Amino acid sequence: MSEDVQLDKVSMDFGSFRAVDNVDVTIRAGEFFSFLGPSGCGKTTILRMVSGFIDPTQGAVRIGGRDMRGIRPNQRPTALIFQNLALFPLMPVWENIAFGLEVRGMDPAKRRTRAEELLRLVDLPAAADKTVGQLSGGQRQRVAVARALAVEPKVMLLDEPLSALDLKLRQHMRSELRSIQKRTNVTFIYITHDQGEALAMSDRVGIMSHGVLQQVGVPQEIYNHPANGFVASFVGENNVFPGRVISASSGAGRIETAFGTFNARLGPGIDQGALAKLYVRPEHSMLQPNAVDGMNALPVEVTEVAFEGNFINVHARGELGGAYMAQLRNNPRATVPSIGAQLRLNFAGDDGVVLADEVGARH
Amino acid sequence: MGELTRRYGLTLAWGMVGLTAFWLVILVALPYLLMFEFSLRPYLTVDKIGGPEDIYTLKNYVTLFSNTIHFGVFLRTIVASAFVTALCLVVCYPMAFFLAKIVNPKDAATLFLLLLIPFWVNEILRSFAWFIILSYQGPLNAALVGIGLIERPIRWLTGGNGVIVGLVYTYLLFMLLPIYNSVQSLDSNQIEAAEDLGAPLWRTHWRVVIPHAKPGIASGCVMVFMLSAGSIIVPSLLGSPGTRWFTEIIQQWFFEGQDWNQGSAYAFLLLILCTGFVMLMMRLLNVRLTDIAK
Repeated sequence: MSEDVQLDKVSMDFGSFRAVDNVDVTIRAGEFFSFLGPSGCGKTTILRMVSGFIDPTQGAVRIGGRDMRGIRPNQRPTALIFQNLALFPLMPVWENIAFGLEVRGMDPAKRRTRAEELLRLVDLPAAADKTVGQLSGGQRQRVAVARALAVEPKVMLLDEPLSALDLKLRQHMRSELRSIQKRTNVTFIYITHDQGEALAMSDRVGIMSHGVLQQVGVPQEIYNHPANGFVASFVGENNVFPGRVISASSGAGRIETAFGTFNARLGPGIDQGALAKLYVRPEHSMLQPNAVDGMNALPVEVTEVAFEGNFINVHARGELGGAYMAQLRNNPRATVPSIGAQLRLNFAGDDGVVLADEVGARH
Repeated sequence: MGELTRRYGLTLAWGMVGLTAFWLVILVALPYLLMFEFSLRPYLTVDKIGGPEDIYTLKNYVTLFSNTIHFGVFLRTIVASAFVTALCLVVCYPMAFFLAKIVNPKDAATLFLLLLIPFWVNEILRSFAWFIILSYQGPLNAALVGIGLIERPIRWLTGGNGVIVGLVYTYLLFMLLPIYNSVQSLDSNQIEAAEDLGAPLWRTHWRVVIPHAKPGIASGCVMVFMLSAGSIIVPSLLGSPGTRWFTEIIQQWFFEGQDWNQGSAYAFLLLILCTGFVMLMMRLLNVRLTDIAK
């Protein structure tokens, strides 16, 4: 049904520019894997290497154990869903879906039947004879998925296919794609710069920056235990304190910053004397009238209160400088701090983590 | 008109409209109408013009169909022009695809310049150049004999070959540019999508690129066909005695026969029948006129 994809120390150079640098990860068969990163981080290049439009400069792409070097996209067991979908506007919907079957020499009546089956699978049963132009964005999305599924790929590659949709539809399509993936059990490799999308849909996420794979893990792990500063700040918000680690013992220590000395966990590779940054999530930062025993505390003044619906973001300025945010869950009985209030930003040592910057940054 | 006046003022607006009208009426419509009027009257000596024999008749038009030699030349012209069109298409489609989708845009600009430069040279000179290249003692034969590909020179210009080669060369760009434009407007992702779905190169072209480029292909074909059928310089320079072009007959009526009436009728017939042929082909290939205008 599905096959694994092994990126074996893969690098890709375009002239003197290294778009992908020594990426080494195996995507398991039947897994929903996302590459998450800002634009230009090399994630699309990875997708093009797996689909076969380019071959890596170094390393190997293996699908189901087979080295793919020199195998053209039309010979690979992959199907790519393009960012702009790239449906064929001059063919009716069913011919779009059946194109891959037409290529494989299936006779027209069977093709049509199969296309209609796939249209039911993606919940568009009446669209067979429509033109692509008559479909809405979300419907085109489904047609693109059906067209890719028609060739029964072992690996499905998706290049930010939801980026053109509006928020509501995007959220709907997320769960739709997820359920299609579970039903078909095809390996999905999903490319996105939208952290919410990656975290919500994926079995595992790979975070990319500057061509380097920064961290691979399940979504909770990525969010709760970022491997470095890049991952921490790309996925979610943080209050950041640059400083120097003054003591370290068994994964915890103290960091001295311009705004105070705090207890925190120490991230991978952080030891006494390291120059690093302390990251604290806003939802772990509490604004209270007084310092709390056993917690780190920082005197601040509230500057802005933003009501977001399910939660409230409170922005504050440190007495010694710096801008911070605390996030409260919304609750009709909650006391929301007023602007100008002089409070303490408290956070537990366990909720702060000291991390190095990203690895392998090109400068 | 109101919009034009508001935007440019009364004088300028009327000036523009007036000039356009002058061009359309005096320089385009009027000469055609005059020629059409000529074509419907018999050829008479000066003293009989305006006399009882000067009546409107379709006799000049019927001449083409009763004169088997002329009609044969006409048919040959149509067939040869269609052949020129097909050759141009075969040469230009891969070239247009290469320029639009394979070469990087910077190199494409250079290549276009190289394609365009020869066309700065006058059509007569280019035809003469081909006359020299293709002649019996010319450089092409010399080269082919020189590298031992052929044993003795070939008479390239006998039969219609010279005209075909000359016309293909002369009108190549009229085919290349519209196809290039239409191929270029195709989203490259569609080509990649077809390949990704397993399509071999030919099917990607047959199902994705050519349908998209059809308006460009059609407009290129119409242009090359009409220009070829209406060409006079190339056939008269590169043709051989046995292969007259229909335009040469029209010219003969006008300038050798001094029979403008008959010449006009032939000219109109060429226009009408070529247009008819183009319409028929468009119908068969399922292309609409509005596609071509795009």
